[in-house]
Amino acid sequence: MEASSLTQQFFQQLINGISLGSIYALIALGYTMVYGIIRLINFAHGDIYMLGAYAGYFATTFFKMSFFPALIFSMVVASTVGMLIERLAYRPLRGAPKIAILITAIGVSLLLEYGGMILVTPQPRTFPELFSTATYNFMGLVVNSQQIVILVVSLALMFILTYVVNHTKVGKAMRAVSFDTDAARLMGINVDRIISFTFAIGSSLAAAAGILVGIYYNSIDPLMGIMPGLKAFVAAVLGGIGVIPGAMVGGVLLGVIEALVSGFLSSTFRDAAAFIILIVILLFRPAGLFGKNIREKV
Amino acid sequence: MKRDLMGIVGAVALYALLMGLIESEVIGAFWQLNIVLICINIILAVSLNLITGFTGQFSIGHAGFMAVGAYLSAVFTVKLGLPYIVGILAGAAGAAILGFAIGLPTLRLKGDYLAIATLGLGEIIRITILNIPYVGGASGLMGIPRYTTFTWAFFLMVITVLFIKNFINSSHGRACISIRENEIAAEAMGVDTTKYKVIAFTIGATFAGVAGGLFSHYFYIAHPASFTFMKSFDILTMVVLGGMGSITGSITTAILLTYISAELASYPEWRMVIYALLLIVLMIYRPQGLFGNKELSLKLFSRILGGGQRGAAENK
Repeated sequence: MEASSLTQQFFQQLINGISLGSIYALIALGYTMVYGIIRLINFAHGDIYMLGAYAGYFATTFFKMSFFPALIFSMVVASTVGMLIERLAYRPLRGAPKIAILITAIGVSLLLEYGGMILVTPQPRTFPELFSTATYNFMGLVVNSQQIVILVVSLALMFILTYVVNHTKVGKAMRAVSFDTDAARLMGINVDRIISFTFAIGSSLAAAAGILVGIYYNSIDPLMGIMPGLKAFVAAVLGGIGVIPGAMVGGVLLGVIEALVSGFLSSTFRDAAAFIILIVILLFRPAGLFGKNIREKV
Repeated sequence: MKRDLMGIVGAVALYALLMGLIESEVIGAFWQLNIVLICINIILAVSLNLITGFTGQFSIGHAGFMAVGAYLSAVFTVKLGLPYIVGILAGAAGAAILGFAIGLPTLRLKGDYLAIATLGLGEIIRITILNIPYVGGASGLMGIPRYTTFTWAFFLMVITVLFIKNFINSSHGRACISIRENEIAAEAMGVDTTKYKVIAFTIGATFAGVAGGLFSHYFYIAHPASFTFMKSFDILTMVVLGGMGSITGSITTAILLTYISAELASYPEWRMVIYALLLIVLMIYRPQGLFGNKELSLKLFSRILGGGQRGAAENK
């Protein structure tokens, strides 16, 4: 009896973890692509995710859009902002010392957070309910409709991303730039444009994650991007930074670990778990889980 | 040595001046609080500058060491009823031990990986404290007596600046700077890079612990929310704006930024937006910070500021 309820709780946390993890994975993809291409930890990425959530909020409340138009709208807004940030803040620093770029990224992140606070007030807002909440029971396990939406949308986006990176011309160019920027430039690839494009894709994925989180937790605020942003970075490192499948696996894995820690130990240790994983990975396998096996990195 | 003495004399003069202004109530309670905050921030910025500016090891976990100092010193004074100085020393020692224990494994990492690892460690420290009921958990450790006075804050600040300045000018300090300039070359010249990185990290952590002790004994409370990585960013901003590798730079920006945030106390968002814009614009147009790695000299200083505010800084 005791054991069966434990396994049941385990599988329940597994389900929660996978849906949370696929959100981490979406954000982690942006980190990993940007890192793969210009070796920059884009600290502002978590705030792009916040921005996406707000864009989705305004799209659904003021423009009365339904889920899919709102999703597209916020992805477009976020990718525009992402490209703008790259153009204004990071491009002037191409070739500058790494620390200068990292500090700029922290600056951009603070600017988005507190600029956002000024624009939309620091009060949390209630995200409109876009789907009627239905819960399904499978053998005592509870799955709700939001979790299913999260899973379907993030899987679809990851599928599209994989296709773009592996089977289109632009994807080929991205892989080339990430492999060797100078050689790619010599081959006639417009490197700046590809970097812009990478920021656009990464930002749009983060925006999608923002909307999904809005639907899942019903509440958004200007500082919501900090923790998920950091954790998504941990996920990217866990999977092997620069490796696209690594970010997906790392994200889901991190989500599952967090859910298990908060389910079986204590929810206050949840945040610590991610950072402990980060330290352990950095110390013992800095290349990440997939760092060696897969050469391809974007 | 002569310069140190002059610095101390200058510091005492400045202290007498400020104390006179406080006693005669020219400086009200609000600015008195901010002067103590300035002293604490100078300790934090200068100690982080030793790690990040002089040794070149990028750390975003400084608030974690500050938290250790704040809590440990409060435990010694509140729970064990020991005198304040013992609390401060215990806080510093605790932060030092932790800095050593953390520095030894993580300083193998470089650049942005080290930054992210220190950020994570700072958060781990904070979350661990959050989960210790003995020190109040999420609601913080309350009922700490206000032992920190202007005198304590000021002289601990002077000691910190003098210590770090003399450390940098010693052969150990030169070794640290050589690591920043070129780690491989330093190693080839026989500098034990790991040793010096850990030394710099430990000293930085120690003084962050001191600042934490001052902090919690001034604001009656040690609360986990005061030591998030936003606090670390705050300290880092001071170091970067002032110039990595410039003590006087850190002191100037610590004063400047504390002043700005005091003036903008009722608009905290604008304060952070200004910080952010300063960081971005500075990195694009002057990545070495306001002072670069130069120090203000006594002469230049007295000319600019007319005898100036910060005696402790003048002893270069």
